[in-house]
Amino acid sequence: MTERRVSIEINGTTYDREIEPRLLLSDFIRHEAGLTGTHVGCEHGVCGACTVQMDGEPVRSCLMLAVQAEGHSLRTVEDLAAEDGTLHPLQQAFHEEHALQCGFCTPGFLMSLEPLLADARDFDDTQVREALAGNLCRCTGYQNIVTATQLAARRMAGAEDAA
Amino acid sequence: MKPPPFDYKDPRSLDEAVAVLADCADDGKVLAGGQSLVPLLNFRLAQPAVLVDVNRVAELAYLRRREGKLQIGALCRQARLEQSPVAQESCGLLGDALKLVAHQQIRNRGTVGGSAAHADPAAELPVAFACLDARFKARSKRGERVIDARDFFVTHLTTSLEPDELLTEVEVPELPANHGHAFEEYSRRHGDFALGGAAVLVMRNGDGACREARIALLGAADTPLRAREAEQALAGQKIDEDSAREAARVATRDIEPTGDIHGSSSYRKRLIEAMVRRAIVKAAA
Ligand SMILES: Cc1cc2nc3c(=O)[nH]c(=O)nc-3n(C[C@H](O)[C@H](O)[C@H](O)COP(=O)(O)OP(=O)(O)OC[C@H]3O[C@@H](n4cnc5c(N)ncnc54)[C@H](O)[C@@H]3O)c2cc1C
Ligand code: FES
Ligand code: FES
Repeated sequence: MTERRVSIEINGTTYDREIEPRLLLSDFIRHEAGLTGTHVGCEHGVCGACTVQMDGEPVRSCLMLAVQAEGHSLRTVEDLAAEDGTLHPLQQAFHEEHALQCGFCTPGFLMSLEPLLADARDFDDTQVREALAGNLCRCTGYQNIVTATQLAARRMAGAEDAA
Repeated sequence: MKPPPFDYKDPRSLDEAVAVLADCADDGKVLAGGQSLVPLLNFRLAQPAVLVDVNRVAELAYLRRREGKLQIGALCRQARLEQSPVAQESCGLLGDALKLVAHQQIRNRGTVGGSAAHADPAAELPVAFACLDARFKARSKRGERVIDARDFFVTHLTTSLEPDELLTEVEVPELPANHGHAFEEYSRRHGDFALGGAAVLVMRNGDGACREARIALLGAADTPLRAREAEQALAGQKIDEDSAREAARVATRDIEPTGDIHGSSSYRKRLIEAMVRRAIVKAAA
C-alpha cells in the first residue's frame, strides 16, 4: 500500500509525516503528533471522547482519515490552557464544579462545549445539554458538566464587562 | 477497530471523481462525511479495494434555490442545511428532521448526500425526502439521470444508484409559506436512531381545511414508506384529533415493522401509529 506525505496543522504546529491513507485522524493525533490528550473510547463515533475541532467545529477524530485533515486547521485539548499553564475558564470551572471524575471523557466534552462559549455568553441549560449530547460520561451524571459550563460562561461575560 | 488497507483516491473535480469511480468496477466506495462508512471500515464490515474520497470536490458542496426548488449538493454538510433559513421555512420539514439526526459533531461532517445514499431505514432525512417528493441526481461517465424518491430507496442500505454512479444533488420543491410540517419519532436517547417515526406535511386551503396531506413513515419497512391511502383520506378534511387518529390507523394498518430486542414488531407498529397521529395534529396546528 502506498504511503502519502501529508502536512497536518494541529494547534498551530505543522506535522509532516509519511502515513498510510487508512490511518485514523485520532491515531495521527496521538501517535504521530504525540498529543495524547485526545482520547479514544469506542472508535466508531458513539462516545465522543475523540472530539477535536476542525476549522473551529467539533468533529469525531475517529471517523476521519488523517489524510483528510490536510489543508484544515485542527485544535485539540492541549490548546485550551495558556502557555503558562493557566487553565481555560471552562477547564477551571470543570475542576471547581467536579465536572470530571476519572477524566477519560473530559477532553471530548471540553472540545465540544468550548465553541458554545466562543459564540455566546448567554445560553440556557437545554443548549448546553444539546451541545454535549454526543459525549458519553460514565462518572459524573452530566449535571456538574452543565453547571460548570454555565459558571465558565458567567465568568467570561464578567471578565468582558470588567475590561 | 482500524480500517483495512485500501487504495485511496481524492479527486478534485466532479469529472475526475466520476472517472475514478468508473475505473473501480464494482470494488470502489465513495467516502463523503464518513459518519456511517468509517465505522463500517473500522469494524471491517466494509472492505472496499478503492476508497473514492469526494470531500475535495468543492463543486458538490452547494446549497441554492432555483425556480422554486431547493438544490442541495450531495456534499452539503447536514449542519449547514440545518442552519439555513429555507430549512426552517419553505422546506421546514428538513429542519425538523435534522434536529433529530445524531449530534452536532456528526452533523458537522455528515453530508446530505451521504445520508440519502446510505439509505438506513431508521434515518430521518430519507423519510423527509420521501415526504417532500425530492428528486435525486446521479452522474456517471455514462451521463446524468434523475431518480424520483419512490424509485431511489430500494431496500435496507440499498439505493438504485449503480456502482459507478455518484449522487450529485438532492432537489426539493419548496412549499407555500402557510404549509404545516412535523417530524415525530421515538428513540431511547436523543440522537440515537429511532424505533419509529413519521413525517407529515399539510397544505391548507384558504379556509384552513387540508387541501393535501403527505405522510411518510420511518421504521415501518426497509425503506421510507408513503402512506398514500391515509393521505387521500385527509384531503379536503378539517384536521382534528379524530381525523388524525383515523388517518394514523389507516396509515399503519398494513405495515409489518421488523422487531428486535429494542422493540417487537407489534410494539413498533403501535408506536408508529402514535407518531403519525401526533405529527398530523402538529403539522395542522
Ligand atoms: C453515533 C452516530 C449516530 C448517528 N445517528 C443518526 C441518526 O440518528 N439519524 C441519521 O439519519 N443518521 C445518523 N447517523 C449517520 C449520519 O447521519 C451519517 O452522516 C449519514 O448516514 C451518512 O452520511 P455521510 O456523509 O457521513 O456518508 P458516508 O459515511 O461517507 O457514506 C455513507 C454511504 O453512502 C455512500 N455515499 C456517500 N456519498 C455518496 C455520493 N455522493 N454518491 C454515492 N454514494 C455515496 C458511501 O459510499 C457509503 O456507502 C449517526 C452516525 C453516528 C456515527
Ligand atoms: S472514540 Fe471517537 S467517538 Fe468514541
Ligand atoms: S469523568 Fe469518567 S467518564 Fe466522564
